[in-house]
Amino acid sequence: MIAILVVVLILCGLVFFTGGTVGILRLPDLYCRLHAASNLDTGGSLLLLAGLALFNLHHFSLEALLTSCKILLILVFVFLSGPIATHGIVDAGVRAGLAPWVKGEKRE
Amino acid sequence: MQGFFLGCGIFLSLLMFLSLVRTVAGPTAVDRLVGANAIGSKTVVLLILIGLIYERVDMFVDIALAYSLLNFIAVLAAARYFQKRKGFMPGVPQEKRREDGSR
Repeated sequence: MIAILVVVLILCGLVFFTGGTVGILRLPDLYCRLHAASNLDTGGSLLLLAGLALFNLHHFSLEALLTSCKILLILVFVFLSGPIATHGIVDAGVRAGLAPWVKGEKRE
Repeated sequence: MQGFFLGCGIFLSLLMFLSLVRTVAGPTAVDRLVGANAIGSKTVVLLILIGLIYERVDMFVDIALAYSLLNFIAVLAAARYFQKRKGFMPGVPQEKRREDGSR
């Protein structure tokens, strides 16, 4: 039962990672790519790390509980740091004067 | 379950190579930063997967925590560096730069 839940969580996380990577490769400018990348950061890491923390508890012991808590701490940290890093990159792009892509321009 | 984790790890490594394409070929410096950030966030997950494969997850989880901290600090420092130098963005075509560099 728990294995099925773990597999579903991990596969959903891999879908997020695949979508984000395809977006980073295919979207036309920095701001669009950053949208895909920040989805990859938070969504994919949330599902994958939650699945791995759940799998780590299948032989229950105090050490396994501690390790799972550490994985959840990584999750909380990724949730705090990912949007901040994304915001920093956007700010750098805007202040450098990188104009957004408009429809009809050539893709880079 | 080990085989499933191994397959996930190999798939994540392939995705990291695809992100590396954007890191190498990105037209501006900030595009490269986006690719590097994506590789870093995949590496954190890959480290825990490696720990589960080798059944030493208690050791690898600390490495993953330190790696996510380093990734965050590196991306933030590089972003601030390019923010300080207004208009210094190698690879931006000249006509795409705004003249004053303001918001």
